[in-house]
Amino acid sequence: MLVARELTKSFPSGDRTITVLRDVSFTIADGEFVAIVGPSGSGKTTLLGLLAGLDAPSAGSVRLDDVDLATLSEDARARLRGAKVGFVFQSFQLIPTLTALENVRVPLDLRGDESAQSRATELLARVGLADRVHHYPVRLSGGEQQRVAIARAFVNSPSVLFADEPTGNLDQSTGLRIVELLEELNRDAGTTVVIVTHDTELAAHARRIIRLSDGLVVEDREHTA
Amino acid sequence: MTMRWRALVALAWRDTRTTRRRLVLSMSSIAIGVAALVAVDSYSANVVRSIHVQARSLLGADLSVSASRPLPAQVTALLDSLHARGATDTRVTTFSSMALVSGSEGTRLVQVRAMGAGAPYYGVIETSPADKWQDLQSGPYAIVDSSLLVALNANIGDTLSLGYARFAILATLRNVPGDIGIAASLGPRVYIPDRYLGATRLLTFGSRAQYEALVKLPSSVNPDALAKAHRDLFDSLQVRARSVADTERSLTRSIEQLGRFLGLVGLIALLLGGIGVASAMRAYMAEKIDTIAILRCLGASGSQVFAIYLIEAAGLGLAGAAMGVVLGVAAQMALPHVLGSFIPVDVTPQLEWIPVLGGLALGTWVGALFALGPVLGVRNVTPLQVLRRDTDDAAQRAARSPWRDPARLAAGAVLMASVVAVCMARAESAIFGLWMSVAIGAAIGATWLAAVACARGASRLATVPSRFVVRHGVANLERPGNQTRPVVLALGFGVFLLGTLALVQGSLLRELASTADASAANLAFFDVQTDQAFLLDTMLRQRDYPVLARVPIVPMRIAALASPRRAKSETRRETKGASPRASERPSWAIRREYRSSYRDSIAPSERLVAGHWWKTDGPDRDGVFEISLEQSLAEELGVVLGDTIAWDVQGVRIRTRVTSLREVQWTRFEPNFFVVFQPAALREAPQSFVLLTRVRDDAERAKLQRDAVQRFPNISTIDLSLIENAVGKILDRVSVAVRFMALFSVVTGALVLVSALAASRRQRVREGVLLKTLGATRGQIASMLLTEYALLGAIGSAAGIVLAVGGAWAAMHFIFQAQFALAPLPLAVVAVATMVLTVVIGLVAARDVFAETPMTALREV
Repeated sequence: MLVARELTKSFPSGDRTITVLRDVSFTIADGEFVAIVGPSGSGKTTLLGLLAGLDAPSAGSVRLDDVDLATLSEDARARLRGAKVGFVFQSFQLIPTLTALENVRVPLDLRGDESAQSRATELLARVGLADRVHHYPVRLSGGEQQRVAIARAFVNSPSVLFADEPTGNLDQSTGLRIVELLEELNRDAGTTVVIVTHDTELAAHARRIIRLSDGLVVEDREHTA
Repeated sequence: MTMRWRALVALAWRDTRTTRRRLVLSMSSIAIGVAALVAVDSYSANVVRSIHVQARSLLGADLSVSASRPLPAQVTALLDSLHARGATDTRVTTFSSMALVSGSEGTRLVQVRAMGAGAPYYGVIETSPADKWQDLQSGPYAIVDSSLLVALNANIGDTLSLGYARFAILATLRNVPGDIGIAASLGPRVYIPDRYLGATRLLTFGSRAQYEALVKLPSSVNPDALAKAHRDLFDSLQVRARSVADTERSLTRSIEQLGRFLGLVGLIALLLGGIGVASAMRAYMAEKIDTIAILRCLGASGSQVFAIYLIEAAGLGLAGAAMGVVLGVAAQMALPHVLGSFIPVDVTPQLEWIPVLGGLALGTWVGALFALGPVLGVRNVTPLQVLRRDTDDAAQRAARSPWRDPARLAAGAVLMASVVAVCMARAESAIFGLWMSVAIGAAIGATWLAAVACARGASRLATVPSRFVVRHGVANLERPGNQTRPVVLALGFGVFLLGTLALVQGSLLRELASTADASAANLAFFDVQTDQAFLLDTMLRQRDYPVLARVPIVPMRIAALASPRRAKSETRRETKGASPRASERPSWAIRREYRSSYRDSIAPSERLVAGHWWKTDGPDRDGVFEISLEQSLAEELGVVLGDTIAWDVQGVRIRTRVTSLREVQWTRFEPNFFVVFQPAALREAPQSFVLLTRVRDDAERAKLQRDAVQRFPNISTIDLSLIENAVGKILDRVSVAVRFMALFSVVTGALVLVSALAASRRQRVREGVLLKTLGATRGQIASMLLTEYALLGAIGSAAGIVLAVGGAWAAMHFIFQAQFALAPLPLAVVAVATMVLTVVIGLVAARDVFAETPMTALREV
């Protein structure tokens, strides 16, 4: 369960303060597939950062599985992410100096999990990259890189997966396959998926849509594909 | 055209806008090499200039005539004849003796210089209190090194005994033109007036002294021409004549040699920096692929893009070289403190334009050439890469394999040719320069191989550690785009220099100590006259000190050398009378004075390598005695077993035949000899003795020396522990100088590391942020970085140490011909220091990795 309560985020800019998010509250239940949508500059990415504990809010709180992220130190938040959170980024964010397999292993390696090798191999096979495991990111196409990123996001069996414009850098058909992969993993593993996008077609795959505009939640509705 | 170039320069300038600081940092690694060269060359030019200005003060005269025996009558007659032309001359006699001060306990072996009135004619011997030099001749006075006062616990005004004479200590020496600072550590100097020399009664039979006449010539007489005109006479009498020009020439040559040696270190630092520049530039160009592709899309031709980056490379080379020049001029000001004690002149540092401009040009050229390789890779970037980033691959591959690119091969060839040209320009001769460049290439090549091997070994190890953070840190060393090799190369070279130095110094000191242990004796009495030998022997035995040896010494010269193997015209070589032409001047080995001994058995410090030792007292039926030669002397003289040599022993001719050759351990404390005779040959000859004893207690040893010198004032003593001290001191001073230069390559190593880290900073920050996003704690990230940098330092150290052990072994084996001793402690210190340095620099450079929040991962597209 992911609970956002009255989240506000402001940045100082010169002698003014810019408020990017204002009193955002919602609850996302386990196993949901949610899309956070809105135009550029509406505060989507900032919200995602707060929900994942990558950043701290100026006011309000985020509770992940009943743990208030604000009460945790930076390292404790990192450990929590390692255990419960997965990420998929628009720009893939693979570590260029690691092979596909090594990239996927990282979250488990960081925890000292012995099953890293077998689990990473299995997930890469599942995203269709069984024959590319030892390739470095630079040798993979965009779609392949994003599949590696998804395998990495799922390797630690997260309770929630955050995806930031996961198809933004991909062509339509590749993007579609990525979304289907996310849906499949959401369905099979019961992982909560939170996608941030301005792509309405992508958002249409979600079962709930939260719309932001100028830092405010302007719409929060169930959606049936 | 000009316009277009101006536009390209402007583009190049703008292109570096966000990376200028980092680029300048990467160029700073070249700056250190330039700094070393500028500092050494400028200082050496300063010294040469000072030598030129001070040459007459260094010699103290227009002409110096010296010999190891009183100047022969022909020479004094010649000097007298010069008086008519307005010349004046005075005498300086230099020898070793024991000095003691009434009322103090110690004695000290000193270098006595008995100065004639007026000496030196040029230059001022500075004293403390000031201006006491002019009072020296006014009575039985002495002016001494302040170290002697310390050693003897004496003060100015005390009475100093030299032999049978006494002198009041007038002042201490502050500066003697022409003397190098470390001279005093061999034996404190004592200046006395020449007219009291006889009263000391120190110059007895067998004493070694240098007799010198200082000549002041009127300006109408050219000292060089004078020396040349009488060269044959001087040679035939074994007299050495030196003019001001000779002094200047030989000093300048030594300084230039020192400069060349130290410059070599600078050159290597420059090349190491260059390798660092190439590596930083490669990382920079990889980042620039997008920009280049965009420029190509916008219509820039391949050659225009190449020109832009070539301009950047040259500009950076210039910036690095300029930094180096500034640093070098600053370091030049520090060099007098480091090298001052080896330099015989007072040096006022001043700006030397030739080294400055040379350093600037060389630094720019080398920097640009090293940067050229990666820059050439831009020609492979196509406009298509704007659209498809994945075609990076081809460009990067091309950038990584220079072997298939003729332009890059040509750039490499030009670079090598430049290095060879620089070496040849700096060396004494072209061939020596060629060898120097081969040596540099071999040294860098060997470090490179060691670096590659160590890095490979580390990557093999990468799968072994069970902890992920350690494994990740290890694996980083062999990741694509890693900077392991240049960093290890640069660090390794510094360790190599410092390690070799530490090992050689340690081995020499250990050799000295082990020799000391092997020698049963630790105190030697020399210049003991025949009548004193028995008395001293008795004195030692009465005090229960053993007389370990009583070695006779007989001074002599070679009268004639006959070797059947020589060409007919050379078969007999008379060294007296006839005056050979300068080109056929006999070698020093033939002209020198020998101090030989006789005995019936071989000494423990010797080994027979050819022939056999005599069984009789001698001589054979023809009146020829057997002798044994030290093997290198036999080579020098060109004699083999069976050859005959006639000796002039105090006017008596003794015929001998070489019947054995010996290898001699010269480092042993016992007196060693080039030539040993059958006893009957010299038993009746005038001789002096060396007596050896062992006194364990320092205080007892000091007392014994004092008592012996008081009773036999002409006798000198050598205390083994003082020799060890002196050698230790000299080694220390030498190693400070070499270490100062080695420091340049260590700093270069550190800078290559800094610039390598700066070059990969973006990638590291990004990776760190990602890892944090994926759940890594700061501790885990720190462990990864720690592992990586500690390993980098360890590999650098390992590569350097492997080479240092090899280098030190070779130096001990081939140069010092002594036992190599592996001392783990100094190596461990160097290795640990390198690791700590690497880790500290690495972690400081990585502070951004800790500071960035994981939010950056979301924002960066």
